[in-house]
Amino acid sequence: MTRTANLSITFSNEQAMILDAARDFCRDKSDNTAVRNLLSSDSGFNPDIWNNMIALGWTGLALPEHVGGFQMGVGTTVPLVESMGKYMLCTPFISATIAAQAILRGGSETQQAEWLPAMAKGCIGTLALLDNEDWGAVTTSCTLRQTNNGLMLKGKKLLVNDATVADFFLVLADFNSTPVLVRVEAHQLSEGAISSKTLIDETKRAANVDFSEVIVTEDAILPNSTNTLADVRLIGALLIAAEATGCAAAALDTVVDYLTTRKQFGRLIGSYQSLKHPTVDILIQMDSARSFIYHAATLINDGALDKDTEIACRMAKAQAAEALSFAGDRAVQFHGGMGFTYDCNAMLYIRRAQWTQHQYGDPQHHRKMLAPLLLD
Amino acid sequence: MTNSAYNKTDKSADTAELADFRREVKDWIKHNTPADPGFLLPQTFMEVGSEQVLEFLREWQHKVWSAGYLGMAWPKQYGGGGMPRKLQQIVDSEMKKARVPICFNVIGLGWAGPLILDTGTDYEKETYLKGILTGEDIWCQGFSEPNHGSDLGSIQTRAERDGNEYIINGSKIWTTMGNFAKYMILLARTDTNAERRYNGLSFFLSPMNADGITTSPIQKLTGDYGFTETFFTDARIPAQCLMGEEGQGWRIAMRTLQYERGAEAGAAGGVSILSTVMNDLLRIAQDVKRDGQPLMQDPVTRDNLVKFLIEEQALYLAEPRMKIPALCADYPNSLALSSKLRGTEFFRRMRQYSLSLQGASSALYVGDEDAVEGGFWQRAYMNNFSTTIGGGTSQIQANIIGEHVLGLPKD
Repeated sequence: MTRTANLSITFSNEQAMILDAARDFCRDKSDNTAVRNLLSSDSGFNPDIWNNMIALGWTGLALPEHVGGFQMGVGTTVPLVESMGKYMLCTPFISATIAAQAILRGGSETQQAEWLPAMAKGCIGTLALLDNEDWGAVTTSCTLRQTNNGLMLKGKKLLVNDATVADFFLVLADFNSTPVLVRVEAHQLSEGAISSKTLIDETKRAANVDFSEVIVTEDAILPNSTNTLADVRLIGALLIAAEATGCAAAALDTVVDYLTTRKQFGRLIGSYQSLKHPTVDILIQMDSARSFIYHAATLINDGALDKDTEIACRMAKAQAAEALSFAGDRAVQFHGGMGFTYDCNAMLYIRRAQWTQHQYGDPQHHRKMLAPLLLD
Repeated sequence: MTNSAYNKTDKSADTAELADFRREVKDWIKHNTPADPGFLLPQTFMEVGSEQVLEFLREWQHKVWSAGYLGMAWPKQYGGGGMPRKLQQIVDSEMKKARVPICFNVIGLGWAGPLILDTGTDYEKETYLKGILTGEDIWCQGFSEPNHGSDLGSIQTRAERDGNEYIINGSKIWTTMGNFAKYMILLARTDTNAERRYNGLSFFLSPMNADGITTSPIQKLTGDYGFTETFFTDARIPAQCLMGEEGQGWRIAMRTLQYERGAEAGAAGGVSILSTVMNDLLRIAQDVKRDGQPLMQDPVTRDNLVKFLIEEQALYLAEPRMKIPALCADYPNSLALSSKLRGTEFFRRMRQYSLSLQGASSALYVGDEDAVEGGFWQRAYMNNFSTTIGGGTSQIQANIIGEHVLGLPKD
């Protein structure tokens, strides 16, 4: 069966203005000192900046008007997230956006009317998906069972992003042999349920969360969980790809800056082709990633993701993760002895690259999922 | 298992009128595509190695032109159709899809023709344009010289004014169809004392039949011919062959090279090196066995193929993205300047991989009856080096991108 691929990338003037504003905002708020000051903080982000972003309406950008949003679609968050990646500006924005999309796509009208207005105003949700290291798992050992006390969760989720600051969780659980997303409020968790993890990327925050014994009512379950799960995993992959693309561009700028100022053997080291050519490769890899994220942003809308959109999101994640891994790796190497130190920003990129690899599936996972879509 | 992947198409943009035209073109192609001549047709215009191939292609180009499907956007008075460019694009894309033979007079159609149309005198338009379209007048290009490769600024071939003539001395290399061409676009040095070496160059529309011009065929790594080395020994050409003025050669040459995309579009037909895509590669992989299993079920092969498909998709997506300045703000010329490097290197690796897909059959070559698709992929892989070497090697491209896009220092 031959098929026709959609190869469009569109970007409106309005989106260009958003991109400009986002880039300026992130540059102003998140210089190198600001990024480094947050590395050892508990929450990993500056609440003033997060409140600024809410005030600018960013958390409502992708939400419908009737819940207080701007109805611009989740594609519009791609330029925001790319800019955040470029300046390594971390907030719960990505987690909250993915959670809001899950409710928008999988929630009942009542759930949407009840939960989304708060999310437009900055209420933080996050997804709790992983039982173990496997992003590709299709079943979960976390269960939701009827007990004498009501519906009770049992199980622990790994590496839940922004868990310590989340207002609520959307937990992937098995309910009557069907995977569902069920909403758990942060205050429902028992003492000590959240245990923060030490991450390779010190700009990010994640924790293991034990949901055992939490009692929920049936109206906490997203009714359209099955399709929504597949779609939000792809949206997650796209947003991580956007952030990684921005970060790869930052790594490239850092390399170029060093190559045009550092001298060895009497020459600027950027004049050596052994450094120049791989730096061009970083540019080309980053450029490809950027084409994919804006292609996916063009295709995606509020409806169920179609095949072209799935292909675009998976290619975006596969390409962006590879691009950032290469950029971070070469950034360390090309800084020589300096690159081996904590003071050199290359360490930020190589650590982010490792964190990025497996978020919402690594490149190999996405290529494996692409194979039947493209080859059979 | 069915073949799949991606079929690129621009049909979505067709109006009803254009859709009718497209149908008409398809119909014409169906009824006029020549029968298999019994020899492997060239994948590019750089492989016209024999009179037999030449005459076959000349006849085909003449047929396409007679039908009104070549030079559609060129003015009527010079043999063109005087119609919108969009129509030619439709013809080109349908011909590529149908894998008809190429319109082989590429230097004429893609470089000399557009240049003369843009900047030529009335005399030049009258004299040269129609013969380019009909295929009667084959054109070749004389820019590169032995030992200078990508560095056109170092051109040594001399052109000295002598009355109503120029006397040409020197040699050119990689002259495509040099042994068949009637005219050459020639870059030669008229001033050896110019302050900047580029300013001493002039541009000629030179006849190839002048006394003192000889060609010597070059055999390529594929074993085929298609290029010559061209020698000028006190060759006298009329002074009116000079295009523009003396010293403008570099500027005119650079303008000509910008038509390179046009060369692809003007090539109209078929199995061009740049139009064979992943779909073609997947087609050959369908029936191949490896380790007792269908190759397409092998997970490593599948992963490799998807990697290539991702890379191919990125090449396609670069085109719409480079038209959106907001998405190219940090390195504005990046996609345009890296286009050749990305494209040609992708195809080189993809074709190299295509051979490994064939298993033991990859050892067969053009001329063997059992070679997969007549040895098309074996030859395509080797021929692809003409694109990663010609027009500035990939390594030179990387220097250009590094220096002009990223601002890295020269070495």
